Amino acid sequence: MAVGTQYLAEQPKLRTSSMVIGAVVVAALMAAPFFFYPVLLMSILCFALFACAFNLLIGYVGLLSFGHAAFFGGAAYFTAHAAKVWGWEPLTSILLGMAGAAAMGFVIGFLAIRRQGIYFAMITLALSQMFAFICLQVPFTHGEDGIQGVPRGHLLGIIDLNQPLAMYYVTLAIFLFGFFAIWRIVHSPFGNILKAIRENERRAISLGYRVDRYKLGAFVMSAALAGLAGGTKAIVFQFATLTDVQWQMSGEVILMTLLGGIGTLIGPIVGAGFVIALQNYLAASDFPVTVLIGIIFVVCVLLFRRGIVGEIMELTKRKSKQSA
Amino acid sequence: MEFRGFVAVKDVTLSVNEGSIHALIGPNGAGKTTVFNLLTKFLTPTRGQIVFKGADITRMKPAEVARLGLVRSFQISAVFPHLTLLDNVRVALQRPSGLATQFWRSSNTLAALDERAMELIDAVNLSSYADLPATELSYGRKRALEIATTLALDPAMLLLDEPMAGMGHEDIGRISDLIRRIARNRTVLMVEHNLNVVADLCDRVTVLARGEILSDGSYDTVSRDPRVREAYMGTEHE
Repeated sequence: MAVGTQYLAEQPKLRTSSMVIGAVVVAALMAAPFFFYPVLLMSILCFALFACAFNLLIGYVGLLSFGHAAFFGGAAYFTAHAAKVWGWEPLTSILLGMAGAAAMGFVIGFLAIRRQGIYFAMITLALSQMFAFICLQVPFTHGEDGIQGVPRGHLLGIIDLNQPLAMYYVTLAIFLFGFFAIWRIVHSPFGNILKAIRENERRAISLGYRVDRYKLGAFVMSAALAGLAGGTKAIVFQFATLTDVQWQMSGEVILMTLLGGIGTLIGPIVGAGFVIALQNYLAASDFPVTVLIGIIFVVCVLLFRRGIVGEIMELTKRKSKQSA
Repeated sequence: MEFRGFVAVKDVTLSVNEGSIHALIGPNGAGKTTVFNLLTKFLTPTRGQIVFKGADITRMKPAEVARLGLVRSFQISAVFPHLTLLDNVRVALQRPSGLATQFWRSSNTLAALDERAMELIDAVNLSSYADLPATELSYGRKRALEIATTLALDPAMLLLDEPMAGMGHEDIGRISDLIRRIARNRTVLMVEHNLNVVADLCDRVTVLARGEILSDGSYDTVSRDPRVREAYMGTEHE
């Protein structure tokens, strides 16, 4: 599944050209708020990071988690509580959300990692539903109301995040940090072992690797980064609600990743951008968004299973093979 | 090393002397692979005991056994198909060199392992394929790669499950030489169907049939044993 990205990293020519592309994309993202509605862009960035974090697990370890909403939404609650009730500085609040998500990832991952395939997915789903129920019941989340009116505050006590542009650039910086972290994990010695485990788990065990620990490590990292996305979202939108912890959110992130291309680094970003933009533009019309997204999902699974980015990469690979 | 009493394999008391090449042979379904799975803890024995270098490993996990230096190969070739040959061997080298858990460093740091990896690949005559994905190799070469990967761990004892299966004539000669070379300072236990190879390579042979030991000793002793002939031929024809 992830072979494409691996080749990309191993060919120096492709690598420099992808760095150029990366620089262009970052520049475009810097200029974007002058052309598009910043809140929409920030929403896309948060969900894109969430999808990238999810993809780290399914694309590079081969584990389908159906409970990632717990980390995304859980972190949103932690961050919102810290910023609103304790009056913490926004970045520290986000980091607290991230740490909370990582801790939850450790517990859920520890319980789920021993099972594979559909059983792994079901355990993550069950545990995240339990967490959603807790969020409905405990007082600090304020039940159906959620935590509203979270102050954006001043970043490090200096930068006023109530300014839309300041908030946008901070969100962009967090997104880029998260994306770089995932890129680094995938192309690290640790990532190499993850790849080997996905390729042939029994062989990895017979070489002395305690594969459960590697899987758990990747699970915690994925949860932490999903938490980073969720915490940032709570500051950007100034609330944390039950929507973010429910299973529909877990389903949505799977859809985004699948649509963009599982196991490709930028696929989840494209998928998240597509889904969020679609939801946004159709929100005003009478056409039901869920129906359209359902149709797109079916078409995707039937016709282009590698996802948008996955199919493009496959096409270019075939072309370069033909010309060679 | 010994173990006793299993489900598919019962009352097998097998001891492999340090530094020897020991063959485990027998008809299909005799339980040879089961014995391997038991020794390397991919299966847990219901009864009995397994001792390696004086330590009881009966209740250990597969990865722990590998860490002690008891490393196996598989009957169906076990490579990482979409990794290059170099990467395949490097995966094995990563753990002992402490580079396996570093998620914050670039995978370029693994270049430090390239020299050793190439030595190992060279030892099985695969250097010209080092940059190819393992899946593109022929069956015999995949087996050779697997041996190179196993050797990367510098194990005290190797368990080779049919290392020659599906190999051509030249490959067999080359791998036999390799096994002889690596056995100079290691113990090898191998399952092998090619009796010429067994006669040529192994110091000692244990014959397994229907989960029990039929015969045990040097190749000459075992090959003269009428019970062994019967198990292999069905009935004796002489």
